[in-house]
Amino acid sequence: MPKTRLIALMSLALVAGCEPSPLTPQELETAKSLALMSLEPIPPSPSNAQADNPQAAALGAKIFFDAGFSGNGAVACATCHLPDRQLQDDLPLAKGVGTTDRRSMPLLGAAWSPFLFWDGHKDSLWSQALGPLESPVEHGATRTFHARHIAGQYKAEYEAIFGTFPDAKDWPAHAGPGGTKEEQTAWQVLPENTRKEIDQVFANIGKSLEAFQRTLPLLQTRFDIFIEALAKGQNPEPDQSLNTQEIAGFQLFTGKGECINCHNGPRLTDDHFHNTGVGEVAGLPKDRGRAAAIALLDSDPFNCLGAYSDAAPGQCGELQFMSRDEHEFERAFKPPSLRGAAARPPYMHSGQISSIEAVVEHYSLAPEAPSGHTELKPLNLTTEEKAALIAFLHTLDPL
Amino acid sequence: MKPLRIVAALVVLLLLGFGGFVAFRMLQPLPDGLDLARSKQSAAGLFIVAVEPEDGKMQRGPLHAWIASVSNPDGTPVADATIAIDGGMPQHGHGLPTEPRATGSTAPGKYRIEGVKFNMGGWWVLKLKIEAGGKTDTAEFNLVL
Repeated sequence: MPKTRLIALMSLALVAGCEPSPLTPQELETAKSLALMSLEPIPPSPSNAQADNPQAAALGAKIFFDAGFSGNGAVACATCHLPDRQLQDDLPLAKGVGTTDRRSMPLLGAAWSPFLFWDGHKDSLWSQALGPLESPVEHGATRTFHARHIAGQYKAEYEAIFGTFPDAKDWPAHAGPGGTKEEQTAWQVLPENTRKEIDQVFANIGKSLEAFQRTLPLLQTRFDIFIEALAKGQNPEPDQSLNTQEIAGFQLFTGKGECINCHNGPRLTDDHFHNTGVGEVAGLPKDRGRAAAIALLDSDPFNCLGAYSDAAPGQCGELQFMSRDEHEFERAFKPPSLRGAAARPPYMHSGQISSIEAVVEHYSLAPEAPSGHTELKPLNLTTEEKAALIAFLHTLDPL
Repeated sequence: MKPLRIVAALVVLLLLGFGGFVAFRMLQPLPDGLDLARSKQSAAGLFIVAVEPEDGKMQRGPLHAWIASVSNPDGTPVADATIAIDGGMPQHGHGLPTEPRATGSTAPGKYRIEGVKFNMGGWWVLKLKIEAGGKTDTAEFNLVL
């Protein structure tokens, strides 16, 4: 055999003889971008000087589980953010002292998000935590009540982190700008300096809760183990491999389905806001999503540029450069992380869709939005394609 | 070229071609002949405009800064320009996720654009409106992430 043909045959044999990889090199690169191995460290939280203080995290953990921070003594953060349920509650609408208009969000990965809540109306995890504490239907108590609870139960721990606790002997039991009429009046008659002292303690409660939540890791999944093995050139163990259907689902997720447009990066969210034509819920007020959040962010005394932020203005880029185009954000909501999503129905910002099968159907049909314009186009997925997508999503369930 | 090198080159081309096919399949197809130049004449030819990420890397996710360089057609820098930034994803029908702004000049004719963010992969357009010395012109750049 001539030398040239021999070399050609050997080269072809080399290519053909490779262990067939379940993913092409390009698919593997895309998969790596979605896997935990690509996760960046938690970004700094410049508006919270105690964000990475272990003492603050320890105090935050106690606050998180303490139902004493509620009007009826029965609601803690952990009431809706259950530690054994991905820190969410499996309900369409969160139930605290009353019932909210939105579904509880899972907290894992929240520390990476520049904007919090479904509509992103808070720009830090510490400021986010203050919302439910004062909501009449969540914790159902005022900021003065919460600050007094710190004085009564956690004063030493608080002072070790934040310095001397202010003199609280003249603070009313219930006073806050968002409470009942009586509570609002009690707040308004307080001297400005007292209101600022209470606001500072209230902000520090949030800062402790943020420090705690920054210690919560993202959970490993079968997808992560599989992709990391492939990335290292190893053969994944059979029970840690993705089967043909799951790989087909991954290919749909990153290809025809275009799910990866908004569910990208290792948290499988782009941290932005999208109108996907999710329906309204009868009986709930109209929800404009991000469109209504922009004014809330700008006027929030607890935002990155506010008096209780520890950041220099130059460190508040997300707030300073956020898009303020309400028209573009009409009924836009944040894509939640899809890590663990298949295992935590119901779905969407007010629990409108009850099963993962119905979610995939929604994206396949792409209905018109109740207001604004949906970004979706019909995918017309086949039965097999829908099943494959769902199978892939389950590979993102926490182990 | 020796036969061995020819065959090896063919095998490499085969593999690259396959990878390229897959990459194409996984993205929305780009328009034919999309101009990806990062330096060009402005629309009416009044300026030469170039854009680059400040740290050299266009990335998905975090806020980052770009540098816009503006010069006259003869190559002299335009030092007193006012620049407005707009853009979006033509294939998705949405704008930029943030409102980037030119926040200062780093050198004559070089302007720092802060607050740039690309929240997803695909074809992005960055539009610059440049006003200097009583003249106004625009420059559009296609970016693929």
